[in-house]
Amino acid sequence: MSTTPAAAEFKKEATVLTKDLRHRAFIRGALKKYEIVRDDKKARFQSWESARAAASEIKWQAINHLDAHLVEFARNLKARGGKVHWAADAEQAREIILGIVREKKAHAIVKSKVMTGEEIHLNAALEKAGYDVVESDLGEYIVQLRHEAPYHFVFPAMHLTRGEISDLFAKELGTAKTDNPEELTMIARRVLREKYIQADIGISGANFAIAETGMISITENEGNARLTCALPKTHITLMGIEKILPKLADLALFLPMLGTAGAGQLMTGYNSMYGGPRQPGEADGPEEFHVVLLDNHRTALLADPEQRDALQCIRCGACLNVCPIYKNIGGHTYGTTYQGPIGSVITPHLRGLQNWKHLAFSSSLCGACTEACPVKIDLHHLLLQSRRNAIAQKPVWWEKLAFQAAAILFNHAPLFSLGMKLGRIGQRFHPLIKNTPLDPARAWTRSRELPQVAPETFREWWQHRK
Amino acid sequence: MNITLFIPCFIDACFPKAGISVVQILERLGHTIEYPQELTCCGQPAFNSGYWPETREVAVKVLDRLRDAEVLVIVSGSCGAMIKNFYPELFKGTPHEAAARALSSKCYEFSEFLVDRLGVTDLGARFPHKVTVHDGCHGHRELGIKDQPRKLLAGVRDLTLVEMDEAETCCGFGGTFSAKFPMISTAMGEGKIASALQTGAEYIVSNDSSCLMHQQGLIDRQKTPIKTIHLAEVLNTR
Repeated sequence: MSTTPAAAEFKKEATVLTKDLRHRAFIRGALKKYEIVRDDKKARFQSWESARAAASEIKWQAINHLDAHLVEFARNLKARGGKVHWAADAEQAREIILGIVREKKAHAIVKSKVMTGEEIHLNAALEKAGYDVVESDLGEYIVQLRHEAPYHFVFPAMHLTRGEISDLFAKELGTAKTDNPEELTMIARRVLREKYIQADIGISGANFAIAETGMISITENEGNARLTCALPKTHITLMGIEKILPKLADLALFLPMLGTAGAGQLMTGYNSMYGGPRQPGEADGPEEFHVVLLDNHRTALLADPEQRDALQCIRCGACLNVCPIYKNIGGHTYGTTYQGPIGSVITPHLRGLQNWKHLAFSSSLCGACTEACPVKIDLHHLLLQSRRNAIAQKPVWWEKLAFQAAAILFNHAPLFSLGMKLGRIGQRFHPLIKNTPLDPARAWTRSRELPQVAPETFREWWQHRK
Repeated sequence: MNITLFIPCFIDACFPKAGISVVQILERLGHTIEYPQELTCCGQPAFNSGYWPETREVAVKVLDRLRDAEVLVIVSGSCGAMIKNFYPELFKGTPHEAAARALSSKCYEFSEFLVDRLGVTDLGARFPHKVTVHDGCHGHRELGIKDQPRKLLAGVRDLTLVEMDEAETCCGFGGTFSAKFPMISTAMGEGKIASALQTGAEYIVSNDSSCLMHQQGLIDRQKTPIKTIHLAEVLNTR
């Protein structure tokens, strides 16, 4: 395959991480625990499969009528005084948010989990403009202190041990070392409580946007999003346009499905709805509520009838959690905002097929992701189509030649038989070059023994017996 | 019944015992086997690599030759999924689409054919060993094969089946994936074999020789104390 810088980096990181046996065991162990609790919660659904079918159908409707739902959402939100902004791309979204921040003469900004914020590199833009930005989700806060990207878009710091987090807090916050998760949480809480009070602006994401009521729904386990959205005078929500659900009642299905598929929880700890700024007569809530609806190549994906279902994603992370590739290479190797199978499906759409096609190819197409997806996105087949699209656009000359030659060989059985006979001779000498730069099968023989052509092939056996 | 057999290229060349076992089992059950020698490969390597026009070059020949088959039995879940599920996709919108769909409807993977079509689970085999099953991903998730190999193994005398934790986890072969991303493929294979070893089994049994080829390649290199064997070979023991 032709190698782009992103692909070269991916291979380099994958080589390091797959050799790291501690990392492999740690991530597999964590995700094994997830599987056990998830299966326990799945079993409490009357029928998980029916729930998947229903969720898939609702999300399919939402995406296939996205234009109407978005207009309805915006109209309903505006009716309660919410301000709606349409951002065509990352730059526009950053400008809109920076514009609000400047207008409010803000100093400090607190954020709850916003993956679209990672997508548009919002923190870097805000910090560059001189604002103090702090992440309030514990995992996000930890990776922010480490100056690294989230390792997993649901569990941003799942790659770190308690000891590593304790060391990080000791170094960055000057706190005493502790192995106790509750104490670690309390350390972060003490720091973050101050930040909520100081912040002029709270920035959140959205798990769902309800068209019928013009409200956004946020699910979380720490209560940080509630504080982020309620305490500062201005609340900004940044969300992808695909977050739409048509009806409020849809949440009755989607909240338990998101909790179950995402973290093995029947319901996430806190489930809140936000429908506008403080209304007349209300005692609290933000004075202003802005929603930034981000396109950033999503409408291009919507225009692709074959791949459009990828927009049904509710970002539960279930596909990452079951992916044997993810478990072996970890989240950072992808080099993307969205890791794992769904990331491999959408990143080529968001950031360019030719530069990111290696993500479509770095899959065994085992289908564990598709089986796990609560909204039934046909993930591994979408990867297969991406491969076809990438090659149709830009074939690799030697691969094309090889497959053309193979087609001639496969279409002429006598040639194939001759090839096997030659293989039988060749394999006698292969040990001389095995796993050396001269070995044409080195990609295989570096770590594995080659299968041998049998003394009698099946077709030879068949011919001899007749 | 007149059964047409599709023997995948790697079984033909490297694992003929699996194919021979299938022939002997089906003949013992009183069926007539036809083996179209002109066919060698289903085209999956090119297909999974994104080269669909090159795949069609190979697949058209398979379609034409098998047009009149009564039933097609495929000795691999992966090639089975290719012909049954992906040919209709590959030929979508071409003049061959109808033929691809027609062929799809008469395709069976070997264990599926025995259990679901013939209703046979006891083949009189005897295999006095402890084994664990690897569910090949294509057979399992594309064709829905899960119980069939186990039902067949339950009918084998003196065989002990111990399930591994990671029976359904991919072993990392993935065709050309194993050569494009060997480090990931190898790590996945190591996880698979570690899980199989935990059962104390002597053999990993599967209905897919391609997965077993990968696993055996790792086992041979790392000198791991476990062997791989195709389901048909186990069922063909006496």
